[in-house]
Amino acid sequence: MLHYTLQRLVVAISVAITVSIVAFFLLHLSGDIAISIAGPEATPAQVEAIRQQFGLDRPLVVQYLEWLWKAVRFDFGDSFYFRSSVVSLIASRIPVTLTLGAISLCLSLLIAVPLGVLAAVYNGTIIDRLALSFSVIGQAIPTFCLGLGLIILFSVTLRWLPVSGASTWKHYILPSIALGWYAVPAVMRLSRNGMLEVLSADYIRTARAKGLSPGVVIFKHALRNAIIPVVALAAVQFGFMLGGSIVIEAVFSMHGLGYLAWEAIARNDFPVVQAVVLILATIYVGLTFLADILNAFLDPRIRLA
Amino acid sequence: MALLEVQDLVIDIPTASGLLHAVSEVSFSVDRGETLAIVGESGSGKSLTSLAIMDLLPRVAKRRAATLTFDGTDLLSMREPEMRKLRGSRMAMIFQEPMTSLNPAYTIGNQLMEALRCHEDVGAEKARARAVELLERVGIAGAERRLLQYPHQLSGGLRQRVMIAMALMCKPDLIIADEPTTALDVTIQAQILRLLHDLKKEFGMAMILVTHDLGVVARVADKVAVMYAGAIVERGPARAVFKAPSHPYTRGLLNCIPVPGRTAPGTPLGAIRGQLPNLIGRLEGCAFRDRCDFAAPECSGPMRYVPVDAGHDVRCIRAEARKAVA
Ligand SMILES: Nc1ncnc2c1ncn2[C@@H]1O[C@H](COP(=O)(O)OP(=O)(O)O)[C@@H](O)[C@H]1O
Ligand code: SF4
Ligand SMILES: [Mg+2]
Repeated sequence: MLHYTLQRLVVAISVAITVSIVAFFLLHLSGDIAISIAGPEATPAQVEAIRQQFGLDRPLVVQYLEWLWKAVRFDFGDSFYFRSSVVSLIASRIPVTLTLGAISLCLSLLIAVPLGVLAAVYNGTIIDRLALSFSVIGQAIPTFCLGLGLIILFSVTLRWLPVSGASTWKHYILPSIALGWYAVPAVMRLSRNGMLEVLSADYIRTARAKGLSPGVVIFKHALRNAIIPVVALAAVQFGFMLGGSIVIEAVFSMHGLGYLAWEAIARNDFPVVQAVVLILATIYVGLTFLADILNAFLDPRIRLA
Repeated sequence: MALLEVQDLVIDIPTASGLLHAVSEVSFSVDRGETLAIVGESGSGKSLTSLAIMDLLPRVAKRRAATLTFDGTDLLSMREPEMRKLRGSRMAMIFQEPMTSLNPAYTIGNQLMEALRCHEDVGAEKARARAVELLERVGIAGAERRLLQYPHQLSGGLRQRVMIAMALMCKPDLIIADEPTTALDVTIQAQILRLLHDLKKEFGMAMILVTHDLGVVARVADKVAVMYAGAIVERGPARAVFKAPSHPYTRGLLNCIPVPGRTAPGTPLGAIRGQLPNLIGRLEGCAFRDRCDFAAPECSGPMRYVPVDAGHDVRCIRAEARKAVA
């Protein structure tokens, strides 16, 4: 187990470093940052001054190493646009995004897993077909369309819920549905297929031959095994949700990391963009690592290998 | 009254190319304390017959019978919750695949104790004690420690011993063992069979032993049913069937076993030429006629059982004619 954990940790750290390299270089190679900062009316002399002020004239590798060295000590410099350090900006925005992501993930798992189990247990019946149609429809609706649709129905027409912002729990309901919806089809289908496979396993026949009730057979013996791949998928889906939160936070004007990224990109606020990308990627990598550890707890063949 | 009565059991499976008659008109009975061996080549319907008794057939398979009673109770009209009370407690089953028949996610102890506690209102301590006792009885050393292990930490032979212990947790009246040793090393096969045989006697259980090893049958069975293409082609007391095998298929099977002293070393194992017929669609006549040396025109007509001796009969309409020749 220790060996497995260390191995997963090394993989996670390598992925995080790779992502930071890719993010850094993509940003720096996508255009002349000094010109972007200086603005369209700046003279060549002003651009040159900015280039020196921000150290942009040094080799990229040196710039990257310096940025990384500061980043691991949570020093991302100051925002070009906001009058504050990048770290305090992120610290003020991250709770909204994490709350939104966590609620969305829980919501989608609570809908998708039972639906998948139901579809597998009633394989080939009308219930199964309804669940599958639901997942196809789910995938066909883009996140922002669903978000706007929800706003029009529940906020504008029915006036049950607030249109935008993130100040009360009520503000989180619609965005969580819109964001969580996105993960439902994939999780549902994996749960269904996993359950179908497990339900035809020999040990399920053994469980039934013991005289166990259908509830114990399905939940204790089948779901416990079918859920293992779902854990890994849930981590991946959470990553997608962090990406999707850029759209959802913009639609619902929630001041989270996604919204911050959107503002920073629009204003060429490079230190903020870089930091947000790195933070999101690190959260994603961390979750994948957690999923690996959780898998080991669920699957004794990994834990005791 | 016999413990288990099966009369005219039929199992049909709808397939894309028609109705598959997997089991047709199978009848047998098992008394308390008796061992019935069901033998026959792969695909002859032995597993489906076993599963039909437990009402554990795959969902596609449809079961019919004239009689299916266990200890005087009709199983055909029994509803699932009632059937569940019998399964595992009064009739238990051991499967062919020890490697995959235990749940990989739970410890041996968990799975053993569960088998008792889902039927009897006993505490964890008592269930654990019984699990330890049975693990020791089936020949597993360090039983206490094994309770905490997971299936993947045990060899196939050990897993099958665990399956046997699990089947015994509620002291069943009938144990159905479907080729319990086929997947195991040859050296372990004999040990497991001896164990099953001893336990059956010790616990006073009846046993249905499905196997294709006739050598095993001769040693442990009281009665034999030989299955071919979904039907029992010969049945009777084990001694009688071995002494006077009367169906050409049974004789073919017996010729497949090397006999020490009689079979010259290096002789290729006898095999019955040909293969199982297709069981889809309407079946007429003797299913063995394509492979039978004695086939005659009347073998395409309706089949019936011909008595050979007391309690020994054979599904071959030329049995009498052939006896006269032989
Ligand atoms: N789930 C199933 N679907 C379709 N056909 C099946 C199924 N299970 C068994 N059969 C068919 O039924 C016949 C008897 O199978 P089985 O009872 O497993 O034979 P045996 O145990 O004697 O080897 C075989 O021809 C097999 O192909
Ligand atoms: S009925 Fe005919 S074909 Fe069938 S076993 Fe007897 S002799 Fe052979
Ligand atoms: Mg079989």
